[in-house]
Amino acid sequence: MTISNVSPAESSASTAGASLGEIPLPAPAWSRVTRRLFGHRGLAIGLIVVGLAVLIALFAPLLAPHDPYHQDIANRMVPPVWHDKGSWIHVLGTDKLGRDTLSRLLFGTRISLTIGLVVALISGIIGTTLGVLAGYFGGRVDAVISYIITTRLAMPVVLVALALSSLTGGSLTTVIVLLGLLLWDRFAVVSRSVTQQVRDAEYVYAARTLGCSLPYILLREVLPNIAGSLIVVMTLEMAHAILLEATLSFLGMGVQPPLPSWGLMVAEGKAYMFFQPWVIAIPGIALFVLVLAINLLGDGLRDLNAPGGRN
Amino acid sequence: MGTFIIRRILVAISVALTISIVSFMLLHLSGDLATSIAGPEATAEQVEQIRIDYGLDRPIVNQYLDWLGGALTFDFGRSYYYQSTVVDLIVDRMPITLTLGGLALALAVSIAIPLGVLAALKRDTWVDRLALLFAVVGQAMPSFWFGLTLIVIFAVTLQWLPAAGSDGWQHFVLPAIALGYYATPAMMRLTRTGMLEVLEADYIRTARAKGLRTGSVIFKHALRNAIIPVVALAAVELGFMLGGSVVIESVFSLNGLGQLAWDAISRNDYPVVQAVVLIIALFYIVLTLLADVANAALDPRIRTR
Repeated sequence: MTISNVSPAESSASTAGASLGEIPLPAPAWSRVTRRLFGHRGLAIGLIVVGLAVLIALFAPLLAPHDPYHQDIANRMVPPVWHDKGSWIHVLGTDKLGRDTLSRLLFGTRISLTIGLVVALISGIIGTTLGVLAGYFGGRVDAVISYIITTRLAMPVVLVALALSSLTGGSLTTVIVLLGLLLWDRFAVVSRSVTQQVRDAEYVYAARTLGCSLPYILLREVLPNIAGSLIVVMTLEMAHAILLEATLSFLGMGVQPPLPSWGLMVAEGKAYMFFQPWVIAIPGIALFVLVLAINLLGDGLRDLNAPGGRN
Repeated sequence: MGTFIIRRILVAISVALTISIVSFMLLHLSGDLATSIAGPEATAEQVEQIRIDYGLDRPIVNQYLDWLGGALTFDFGRSYYYQSTVVDLIVDRMPITLTLGGLALALAVSIAIPLGVLAALKRDTWVDRLALLFAVVGQAMPSFWFGLTLIVIFAVTLQWLPAAGSDGWQHFVLPAIALGYYATPAMMRLTRTGMLEVLEADYIRTARAKGLRTGSVIFKHALRNAIIPVVALAAVELGFMLGGSVVIESVFSLNGLGQLAWDAISRNDYPVVQAVVLIIALFYIVLTLLADVANAALDPRIRTR
């Protein structure tokens, strides 16, 4: 079926909406993907780092040299190994309660990745459902859903998330649910515009003529053809969710102590940053590297997705 | 053009109303306000007393309509915590947040547009790659952490600039950099993409063929067309930055709207939270409205959509 690649590509040039940014196209055949996968440096780096993070999250109990919750008051604020007073016992030092920073960092990977994945999944389901319905039906359905999207975009996410997280008592679960319910806008915007591109494709006409049911058309004909774009959005939203969770936790309204959230680790180290800057540098760099890798992965996937490469 | 503007204004008003309803309902339904206000040590009678005193025992629709009636005349009630009306608090803090947002936007625009143009002109050279790196790093940097890092480097180690407060222009330099960098990557990328598209257009080839100087082609013909979507994005980014300034204001102890909101959230001062959320949303709505109108004025095709 070559039609599936041709028709959206033709219409994409005219519908590249000004305010919606670049809109990725449906995925090409997987053989072409694998061929281009290793030729893209950013994508390769992103894949490796995210893969490592997943392994670290899975095997954190085996990798961590200490119990991340174990407090050792005699060994508070031990500097990392490259510092004069550092030692190999605590490679990245300890925090104000004497907890091993490296172990907390490794276990923190679990929190960030869980937040990223689950939030992207929840918001992906909400946003894609809205976007596909709006794009497929157009008309009044589109008007209503577009209005919902516009309203959501005008809501100040950080403030609303802070207020609701504080009101519901702030925990890992509430942060995940809140962000999942808030961050669906980009999924909706992108899936709406790519669905508009494929809704008049010949394979969709064919399915309709054959008398296929609406759920069948949406799930089996439309969804697979917009999946490439959705995966790109998914990586972006994962990165977004990880940064937002860190921000909420940093401000004290997200994941609560003693969980080793990286944002919380920066907040706990804030009072010491003037003389022991590594206490905020280490968790901050971890956040930066993970988010950077996820974004590189997303950018790379978008390039693979677009017929002309990076533009 | 007239009908386009009127239609957009009507949509903007109804979006603002919807947001006021949604944020009011969210705040009132996601927890028991009376219990939160009373605090963990309060007895059941005290909680009930607070519920009656603050009017929280009435049907939620009545509470909302009362609140909306006040909000329409800029009366957001009194703060639970401060001995002051909510409007006074907001008017008092607003200049700081607007200064911060304005400076951050100015900084972001003055970096993003030249860099985007340069990256497009020098496509696939080291200049382009450096610009891309700058954007990618900016997108991955947690803004609160970037702010703290700026403090450690420029306020503590080098002692060039103050770390906290809002007395003079020096106090706004680091916060504006921290907030502005966050908005730069998207604008830079959009400028670059727009320039690349425009440079391949027929009218640019015509302009070149007429023998116009390169500078004139780039700035008078290409940039003017490539900049249209960037104007819209800049307005949206300013709206985002006003909402996101809560983080930067907390890091740099700036006493603006964001800090007010954060204090209000941690003290369960809901009239203030409610009002700040609505005010920030209104800013965003008005900014996107202006951007849409400006876009339509610059590009007649948009009006007919």
